[in-house]
Amino acid sequence: MGTLPVRSARFERLLNARRESTNHVVTVLSIISTIIVLVPLVAVLGYLIYKGASSLNWAFFTKPPVPVGETGGGMANSIVGSGVILALASLMGVPVGIGAGVYLAEYGAGTIFGEAIRFTADVLNGVPSIVMGIAAYALIVAKQQHFSALAGGVALAIMMVPTITRTTEEMLRTVPHSVREAAFGLGIPKWRTVVSISLRTASPGIITGCMLAFARVAGETAPLLFTAFGNQFWSVNLNQPIAALPLQIYEYALSPYDEWHRLAWAGALVLIVMIMVSVTLVRIFASRGELKGGQH
Amino acid sequence: MGVDIRVEHLNAWYGKTQSLWDIGLNIPANHATALIGPSGCGKSTFVRCLNRMHETNPSARAEGTVRIGDVDIYKDASPVEIRRRIGMVFQRPNPFPTMSIYDNVASGLKLNGFRKRRVLDEVVEKSLKSAALWDEVKDDLKKKSGASLSGGQQQRLCIARALAVDPEVLLMDEPASALDPVSTSKIEDLIFQLKSQYTIVIVTHNMQQAARVAENTGFFLMGRLVEFDKTHKIFTNPSDKRTEDYITGRFG
Repeated sequence: MGTLPVRSARFERLLNARRESTNHVVTVLSIISTIIVLVPLVAVLGYLIYKGASSLNWAFFTKPPVPVGETGGGMANSIVGSGVILALASLMGVPVGIGAGVYLAEYGAGTIFGEAIRFTADVLNGVPSIVMGIAAYALIVAKQQHFSALAGGVALAIMMVPTITRTTEEMLRTVPHSVREAAFGLGIPKWRTVVSISLRTASPGIITGCMLAFARVAGETAPLLFTAFGNQFWSVNLNQPIAALPLQIYEYALSPYDEWHRLAWAGALVLIVMIMVSVTLVRIFASRGELKGGQH
Repeated sequence: MGVDIRVEHLNAWYGKTQSLWDIGLNIPANHATALIGPSGCGKSTFVRCLNRMHETNPSARAEGTVRIGDVDIYKDASPVEIRRRIGMVFQRPNPFPTMSIYDNVASGLKLNGFRKRRVLDEVVEKSLKSAALWDEVKDDLKKKSGASLSGGQQQRLCIARALAVDPEVLLMDEPASALDPVSTSKIEDLIFQLKSQYTIVIVTHNMQQAARVAENTGFFLMGRLVEFDKTHKIFTNPSDKRTEDYITGRFG
């Protein structure tokens, strides 16, 4: 043990003053950063409400679009269409993404195959969304000779997979090894340990990853342009072109008509609210049954 | 009831490093056996070889014969079967963080497909009573998470979880080294009670603990079993100079 040099009381006072002021500076800096982040977010939402809320009415949620000049049309078919495409994408993308993440974290760690998958997932994450659309076009639309809701769902699913895979992997890696050992020590088979212990312990993070992926693709327009294509009429047929909010917003926003511009704003507002509501619902649903003093 | 453990010519490796050299010993049924020795001497590796936990490390391997009762665990059984017969308690309490107290105790049965509610209720109560935890948690069984308990309670929860699958052997790898003195003495009392029904093998750094709870003690040094004898003999009249040096505090 070495001894600390004896310091004068004045020196101590100065040192403490400096520590306190540094502490204040850092706190203020972090508050400023938070504000800088929040300003655009609040501004976008506020502007959407300002521009879009006035065009929201019963017809907007219940009626399909009407031709130019007529009044009273809505985006009901786009809202439902977006729901259908996103449900399809989630049904395909979430299981595949989580499955691949489980493989990377629990089975393929350190193998060449595992490394190859991880690399592919990272590359896919950076691929522009329109390329995903082209892939889905080549895989499905070109073969079937027509646009379809299914093709749109596949395009978005491919976009969801890499995000979900990598978050699942990262979250599983945060589960302490001791917890897995406890399960092995009880004679619980590996697959059971993965499903009931590792995945369950990591589930809050994995759910967040799935929600991020969902929110990201919910607003995608490019991959739907030549897959789901859009539809001015009611359709929930998975084998037919289907309407989607981003497509409808895109079309209306590019049109020369004021009425359509207003509808596009309203559509954008509805899209954001839909995403917020579904993310919140999943969070509430996922936190049910949580125990007192659970996760550390 | 417990069964005896007979180990012959056991060698173990991590990668290319050999960590156990030709270990042979007989651990009698329904007694507590302590393993002592300095850090890194191989005593933890040894107990992990007794339930094939050693193999969960991809670079690790073991050779030799370990008989638990009549079963040669490296020849006649899968690791999963073996671990159901041999409970293990680890150095750091490791309850399943997302599970309630009840589910933690029931996990060994539930996750192996056992679903009968009434039997599970009985097993959970019996195991928590055996682990001297029942009175402290009986009102919050399904409300509180296993991770919400104190460190000492968590370790007793882990013991209850291990007992719930009705093992014949209980392996304890420094079960009290992360606990305060009060919790430690509770765990020791518990070992004292449990050893009439289970074969207990306890790794410990604490020589007084070995002297208090175990009938037999083995001294490990650099991957070798130096001496294995009655605890009393090891601590009062060891045959090997190295054992004597260690227990009198000359090294380690």
